[in-house]
Amino acid sequence: MSDNAAAGPLSRTPLYEEHLALGARMVPFAGFEMPVQYGGIIDEHRAVRTRAGVFDVSHMAEFRVFGFGSFDFLQHALTNDLSRISGLGQAQYTLLLDEHGGIVDDLIVYHSGDLEYLIVANASNRLSDLEHLRLQAPDDVELVDESERTALIAVQGPLALGVVSGLAGEGWMAPGRFSVAEALLDGAVPCLIARTGYTGEDGVEIFCRAADAPVVWRLLLSYPEVTPCGLGARDTLRLEMGYHLYGSDMDRSVDPISAGLGWVVGREKGEFVGRRAVERVRESGPERRLVFLLVEDGIARPGHSVLHGGIEVGKVASGTYSPTIESGIATAYVPARSATIGECFDIRIRSKTARATVVKPPFVTGSSLPVTST
Amino acid sequence: MPSPSDRSYSKEHEWVIVDGDIATVGITDFAQDQLGEVVYVDLPGAGDVVAAGEAFGEVESVKSVSELYAPVSGEIVEVNDALADTPETVNADAYGGGWMIKVKLENPSQVDELLSAAEYDDFVAQG
Repeated sequence: MSDNAAAGPLSRTPLYEEHLALGARMVPFAGFEMPVQYGGIIDEHRAVRTRAGVFDVSHMAEFRVFGFGSFDFLQHALTNDLSRISGLGQAQYTLLLDEHGGIVDDLIVYHSGDLEYLIVANASNRLSDLEHLRLQAPDDVELVDESERTALIAVQGPLALGVVSGLAGEGWMAPGRFSVAEALLDGAVPCLIARTGYTGEDGVEIFCRAADAPVVWRLLLSYPEVTPCGLGARDTLRLEMGYHLYGSDMDRSVDPISAGLGWVVGREKGEFVGRRAVERVRESGPERRLVFLLVEDGIARPGHSVLHGGIEVGKVASGTYSPTIESGIATAYVPARSATIGECFDIRIRSKTARATVVKPPFVTGSSLPVTST
Repeated sequence: MPSPSDRSYSKEHEWVIVDGDIATVGITDFAQDQLGEVVYVDLPGAGDVVAAGEAFGEVESVKSVSELYAPVSGEIVEVNDALADTPETVNADAYGGGWMIKVKLENPSQVDELLSAAEYDDFVAQG
């Protein structure tokens, strides 16, 4: 999490007081005071893998795009093929690139309405994303930053959908995977419920009015199977699944192919920002690639040196402890020729060296979510 | 809860309990709570020599790493090998089963320079 450096005073989400009341340990993250854990990271991690966990992710940014030119604008500004979510309510993972193919941000785009899209972006990239998008937005499109008025609460785990369905009431049809639907939670709170997440478990992300967030939060926690979870568990859960974290696993210096995100770049769409740069890398092959490493006998952390044949070839990008497999897991950019499954590296963890093997993500299988290969 | 009064403490949050010329060393309850769930403990081997004030090992939680500082000098006569398989004992029983090393005291008077339980509790309370 390299975007911890906070400039100026920290912001608070609408659930700040709830976190304090639950005894959370608060840390600065992406300019916000966020809960890193309540009880303990491992217990929270396991709660999500076996039952359900609830996360405050209201620090994330939300942009709404609407108007007749919305499709053309986003199809040109973003990498994934937006025509694949032509159906109302569908969503997709996508990237915002600069002209050189560098990754400005990774996003989820929801086809939230007629001629309308909702974009969820990383908190730390809110302003740079807006700047990039505004420069390209034509006159027939409105781009509205809804981050401050919008709260986002993730409910993740095999029991998550049951809890949310109970709150949405009889007759509510849960959206399919990577889709979104409206709901009136507890008969009173208007929400948008997306069947998306960052944990590898089934579950939803709930958008609601910032002022309604404490009500939704308490409703969810009134279910005994729901555990409050912090950013610590969010990070171990996402890395176990091999999901990228912006700022750690990619940034402006990296193109989608090197980052292993070529599948997010549409091949059958027209012109889009960064296309030529990405095609060049596709043709010549990337010099470096992001690999996923299983680390024996040690916990690799971001910045640790990665060695191959005794020579430093890279640094750890993401690195933590996997509560599920009880081992160190990490990512690193290494020379493409050695970025193959089964290849061994050494990671210098302070005074000692730990062996690391390239594996195909996810590190953990058998979750409540059908795993799609990347 | 007050720290146990049967032992001495360092400002680096280690405890020391002395039996004859052997000092047993661990980390305090405050330290384990600050760290969170311990998932990895890296300790030296028996026969290694540690010096007061110097790092002798590391303890890691999911999110952070902390160095262990020797509160006393001497040769390590025993290491708590059980922590390799059950590092969580450091959280569950910091003052008992979570002990880390036993040191043959080179200079027993070093123990007198450490904090008492009451002094350590004051030190922690002052943040």
